[in-house]
Amino acid sequence: MAALKSLFKNNMRQYSMIIALIVITLLFQILSDGILLKPLNVTNLIQQNSYILVLAIGMVLVIITGHIDLSVGSVAAFVGAISAIMMVDHGMPFWVALILSLLIGALVGAWQGFWIAYVRIPAFIVTLAGMLLFRGLTMVVLNGQSIAPFPKLFQKMSSGFLPDIDGSSSIHTLTVLIGVVLSLVTVVQEIRNRRAQLKYDFEVSPLPLFIAKLVGIVAVINVFTYVLAQYKGIPFILIILFALVVVYSFVMKKTVMGRHTYAIGGNEKAAKLSGIKTKRVTFWVFVNMGALAALSGLIYAARLNAATPKAGTNFELDAIAACFIGGASASGGIGTVLGAIIGGLVMGVMNNGMSLIGLGIDWQQGIKGLVLLLAVGFDIYNKNKSA
Amino acid sequence: MEMRGITKTFPGVKALENVNLKVKEGEVHALCGENGAGKSTLMKVLSGVYPHGTYEGDILFKGNVCEFKDIKSSESLGIVIIHQELALIPYLSIAENIFLGNEQGARGVIDWNETNVKAKQLLSKVGLKESPGTLINTLGVGKQQLVEIAKALSKQVKLLILDEPTAALNEEDSENLLNLILTFKQQGISSIIISHKLNEIAKVADSITILRDGKTIETLDMKADEVTEDRIIKGMVGRDLTHRYPERVPNIGETIFEVKNWTVHHPQHLERKVIDNVDFHIRKGEIVGIAGLMGAGRTELAMSIFGRSYGRNISGQVFKDGKELHLRTISQAIDNGIAYVTEDRKHYGLVLIDDIKRNISMASLPKLSRRSVVNENEEIVVAESFRKKMNIKTPSVKQITGNLSGGNQQKVVLSKWIFSGPDVLILDEPTRGIDVGAKYEIYTIINQLASEGKGVLIISSELPEILGMCDRIYIMSEGRMTGEVSREEASQETLMKYMTKSRG
Repeated sequence: MAALKSLFKNNMRQYSMIIALIVITLLFQILSDGILLKPLNVTNLIQQNSYILVLAIGMVLVIITGHIDLSVGSVAAFVGAISAIMMVDHGMPFWVALILSLLIGALVGAWQGFWIAYVRIPAFIVTLAGMLLFRGLTMVVLNGQSIAPFPKLFQKMSSGFLPDIDGSSSIHTLTVLIGVVLSLVTVVQEIRNRRAQLKYDFEVSPLPLFIAKLVGIVAVINVFTYVLAQYKGIPFILIILFALVVVYSFVMKKTVMGRHTYAIGGNEKAAKLSGIKTKRVTFWVFVNMGALAALSGLIYAARLNAATPKAGTNFELDAIAACFIGGASASGGIGTVLGAIIGGLVMGVMNNGMSLIGLGIDWQQGIKGLVLLLAVGFDIYNKNKSA
Repeated sequence: MEMRGITKTFPGVKALENVNLKVKEGEVHALCGENGAGKSTLMKVLSGVYPHGTYEGDILFKGNVCEFKDIKSSESLGIVIIHQELALIPYLSIAENIFLGNEQGARGVIDWNETNVKAKQLLSKVGLKESPGTLINTLGVGKQQLVEIAKALSKQVKLLILDEPTAALNEEDSENLLNLILTFKQQGISSIIISHKLNEIAKVADSITILRDGKTIETLDMKADEVTEDRIIKGMVGRDLTHRYPERVPNIGETIFEVKNWTVHHPQHLERKVIDNVDFHIRKGEIVGIAGLMGAGRTELAMSIFGRSYGRNISGQVFKDGKELHLRTISQAIDNGIAYVTEDRKHYGLVLIDDIKRNISMASLPKLSRRSVVNENEEIVVAESFRKKMNIKTPSVKQITGNLSGGNQQKVVLSKWIFSGPDVLILDEPTRGIDVGAKYEIYTIINQLASEGKGVLIISSELPEILGMCDRIYIMSEGRMTGEVSREEASQETLMKYMTKSRG
């Protein structure tokens, strides 16, 4: 019991986020008479929020370094527009356009990263300029018109599903299988970590607790895949998202580059005097943000099946809110990729849930604002209490 | 003024336990104790930062029991505290700062003439010859300290509390400040001064109260008792400290590090030479000191060598083991076995929101990684070994460094640099703001490093430290080396003479 208590105390922030997500989900599940967690709606939820989640991953890196990026919505729109011109107007193959689009996003990021990291103009100003600049350029390249429709293959990226191995059963077999494999991989990984820690003579959580945790994780994975399997299975976009979360979590937690990013956000001067190439890291964080903004723009365009001048409006605000709800600190140095994703899901579930119960967009905005304020307020209250 | 039976608890810790403090009218009372002994907490209780009700015990001022709700209510009685970190606003003028929160005027409209005239009077009282309209950020720390005091005077101060007032000042400014406190004493203003510098206390204090572990140990009367520095130290650490500097038999080898014709220009004012044609060398196993007044260019010299982290148009040569090095970036300097421990650990040394282990590994992550993936278990092992070796007082290496005391923070910074595996260590004010006990430990670590054959360069503003630790001493003044003396020839007087030698 004491172990459980200390475990909870040490991971208070992370658990409280997950608990908040569960509470909100249950609340809307009840309010919407069970529609929220219907397979069809869960699939919708993923597809609707994917482009914000992609942005949130990039944004949390930017926020960890102590900066902000207001331009991502405009950059997403800009890249979406360019991709439409390449694919629809010029008939370029989908994968060539995809790579070129990501490169353009990275270039945009490099442009902003240069001003921020090397010229040292505050990111707020550089990206505010970028927000206006790229929104303007979007309208220029689109001539104020929408471009549609995209090739089928491109649309699949946002709205397609993993094909099944046997088409006969009503359940998507491959999805269930993937769930099982994923649980196995997780269990093996967890056991390995524990073994390594035991080898170093570190304190580990008691065995029953560890097993309970594994059972919990396995249950969550399989229930989730089972729900998806009841509709059309795993959406393509979920695979992309999953890969991004795994890769970025790993980079931020386990690699030198990730450590340097946290150190810069925590204390840039100390990081610099410890031999960390602060300018270079900051620059690459913005390049990365640009590329992810481009990806987000592509996903959105594919989902809408059109590139429009108004695409991506207010995306930056949703992505930033996701990071802060997910525990990132506005002064830098604190935040996690997983936290940003959970923050994004909190916003997404609320959006979806409020629509389901018929709340108007006016109320939705207001309530989301309050949730952001309360989440961060709760965070700061907790911090002051523990200090 | 009297504080009786003060007890203050924080969650989990008893910061003060039944503390008594008695300050007579018109006396200078020193408050001594190691870091973490509870001096600052006591002063926060007295000044109302911790309001009545959050502590036990009574505060009596001129015989009346006081119950301060906040700082304003203690200030209205004339109790003013000046914190270690100055609370001035850099982009406002002197006059605006002096009357901040106490604006001169009527009905919310400020009378600027009155403000400036009054500010001028106050400035002349503290002996600061600056116009009241001067912006704070154009003043040096010494002058800012005087502005703080002028601000205190504007509040009709009866009891002035100074928390480490001379920590950031050079000898001359410190001297001025101490004289000022003595002048105030004659005008009937009492002071409480918290300081680590025992020689200063001996100079100005009428009586001393020593705190240890949140308890009053004793109150000494400077006139009646025979009070020596060693006597105070004994009270602070609870034991005799016969040697303030650990014994060491130097074992000096060949030259390991040499700098020739080093010239550095100011990063903004390119025509100004901050370092002018400096030569020096360090030998294996040798501890070399650089003495100098503030602004002599010592930190600038060290940082410009350390991967050009300061200055522009740098010229000159750096040799290690006889081979010339070209250190263009900090990581090149680290790779070549040079470490620089900054004078300002909070701003330049540590990531305060991060834990001990991550701070220790920060400069040498590649050592702990394979293909750029950090082995976090190995990291804990390394941090644990430093925690034991350096005696960092903390239950776990997962402790956030911002929660550690100054001495322990400094040990973390030292651990970071020792872990980077340097051959040459440049230590900039290695014991600034650290209590006597931790200082001794850090000196022992420095000696240990030298005995391992590393070259150590100590920059320090405390002359006894330089004299007690170094085998050879360079003296800098106005960006030039003005002297070099061996341990045997060195004395405070000779060093001072070289330190004040100006370009003529």
